[in-house]
Amino acid sequence: MASIAVSRPATTAPRAVTRATGESRAVRWTLIVVALSFLAFTLLLPLALVFQQAFAKGLSAYLDAVKEPDTLSAASLTLLIASIAVPVNLVFGVAAAWSITKFDFPGKNLLITLIDLPFAVSPVISGMIFVLLFGAQGWLGPWLLDHDIKIIFAVPGIVLATTFVTAPFVARELIPLMQEQGTEEEEAAIVLGAGGWQTFFRVTLPNIKWGLLYGLILCNARAMGEFGAVSVVSGHIRGETNTLPLHVEILYNEYAFAASFAVASVLTLLALVTLALKTLVEWQQRRSASQGAADNEAGSSERIAA
Amino acid sequence: MSIQVRNLRKAFGSFVALDNVSLDVPGGELVALLGPSGSGKTTLLRIIAGLEPADAGAIHFHGEDATDQPVRERQVGFVFQHYALFRHMSVFENVAFGLRVRPRKVRPSEAEIRDIVMGLLHLVQLDVLADRRPSELSGGQRQRVALARALAVKPKVLLLDEPFGALDAKVRKELRRWLRRLHEEVHVTSVFVTHDQEEALEVSDRVVIMNEGRIEQSGTPEEVYDRPATPFVYGFLGDVNLFHGRIHAGRVSIGESELPAPEWADAEDQPGIAYVRTYEVNLGPAASGASSMEAIIRHVRAFGPLVRLELDLVDGGSTVEAHIPRTQFNSLALSKGHRVYLSPANVRVFAQPS
Repeated sequence: MASIAVSRPATTAPRAVTRATGESRAVRWTLIVVALSFLAFTLLLPLALVFQQAFAKGLSAYLDAVKEPDTLSAASLTLLIASIAVPVNLVFGVAAAWSITKFDFPGKNLLITLIDLPFAVSPVISGMIFVLLFGAQGWLGPWLLDHDIKIIFAVPGIVLATTFVTAPFVARELIPLMQEQGTEEEEAAIVLGAGGWQTFFRVTLPNIKWGLLYGLILCNARAMGEFGAVSVVSGHIRGETNTLPLHVEILYNEYAFAASFAVASVLTLLALVTLALKTLVEWQQRRSASQGAADNEAGSSERIAA
Repeated sequence: MSIQVRNLRKAFGSFVALDNVSLDVPGGELVALLGPSGSGKTTLLRIIAGLEPADAGAIHFHGEDATDQPVRERQVGFVFQHYALFRHMSVFENVAFGLRVRPRKVRPSEAEIRDIVMGLLHLVQLDVLADRRPSELSGGQRQRVALARALAVKPKVLLLDEPFGALDAKVRKELRRWLRRLHEEVHVTSVFVTHDQEEALEVSDRVVIMNEGRIEQSGTPEEVYDRPATPFVYGFLGDVNLFHGRIHAGRVSIGESELPAPEWADAEDQPGIAYVRTYEVNLGPAASGASSMEAIIRHVRAFGPLVRLELDLVDGGSTVEAHIPRTQFNSLALSKGHRVYLSPANVRVFAQPS
């Protein structure tokens, strides 16, 4: 909208320009104020409140809450979950993006659609799927019970649910990037005698590294912050199957507000670090993309001195 | 290292890209695959490289069957139309790539790699740009890097897919001559694909003209230009006039006039088309024998050494294009609207496809 208001004066008479720009300035500022106050109320204020509440009873209370054994166990479980789910999705995402962009095979469109499924369904449903599959009353429940394998209300269930929910991040980031880059560089590498892995590590990976990192950062943030799906499959057993987001809720429900917000602030800090990393990677990605664009545009007007 | 292509077939769905193609490329030659887009020339090149599997047929390198050999073992050099340089590597590393990915046992030492790469960069006159990224080079420079990279692995054959297609006309012309000189220096069997007839005729030892998945003709540039084997080749190489007529007993009659067609001595009144190059249409102020046709000059474009004339035949009304030397144009004192007599030389007659 703003761009329409700004571009109009260029085509009209000089006097209209001053009036038009005056109006557009008002419109511009209104829009900016609306957007910023919305951000302030919905994002910045809650962010500030989290930290204010966390430190409401002083620094020592904050540190006590963070050092509490159940909190530490929740934190280490969260790290464990992320350290499994993220690498699994790294491999799955790269493999899916590679096969979709470099080969033609039956069922390709189905795969592209399925990759988005975890984003399309509510996380609670994602959790329910695993309960229905592996729960005591579930499809594979009796067999698992016979063999004494615990998935639901145990760590494997949380890993599965988290992996499912975070599956699309890496693949969705890589598919458009790899589609744009095409297969010529890989072909060139193979003709020059490179094997499959050499081609991947020396040619493909360097070309997609920023997009991959970006996908991994988002994947990691979601893996650590996932609540809905994990809540369904975890069982909320303190010190055993409690992740940080679940722990925040438990503390809150027990009226331990300061402790709850202290743990929440840890997660919030993680979000801020993620945002900073994401911005850095985006900046790097733009830089390499503009290099790529220069690649295509750069003149062919050079003469040969031969 | 010679290349033999035997009865190659390739279809993409219902589209037949190659229809029973056989071709011999003698060792050390520079051969052009020439044809319009969709004629199958790039597909043929990619199958020779191993980048595309053939549906049927065989590829031999120097008599050895390479049909089922994986790309990486074929030892071919391939130059892509859009260079396909590794964008995150320097020029030096691009050229060194083929040496660095070799198994440790056969990989040259760091010092040897340096010598080979710098030698090649010197050959393509880019040694001063060794540390640059591909994005910092012009199109012509990038294509030379791509060529050096392909040559670094000492390929048995060098394959180039429209190597100059993405460059502007001037750079193209220079790179063309430069490729010719380079080929004389390294002398590796080379096949390049182009849709530019001038490029094919100027650079190559032999031209292979393709159309609709088949080879129409293969021969030296002089052979294919002076003695086209099919109507397609006639139309594709150079400017040509078509005269529709009837063939009978070694002569073709076009309207009132008759032209000799000795290769059709046994023909009995069948439809045919006579092909005449634009520069083999002679013009004169008066009729000169049975082959003369009366025409009116409709348009004159008099720049350069050749004057281009557009003429309307009085008999039949079809348009003929004639290119005559400027001196002749001046001595005949021709201009728009004049009546002249034209007589075609070196007529080639083909039966009309029914």
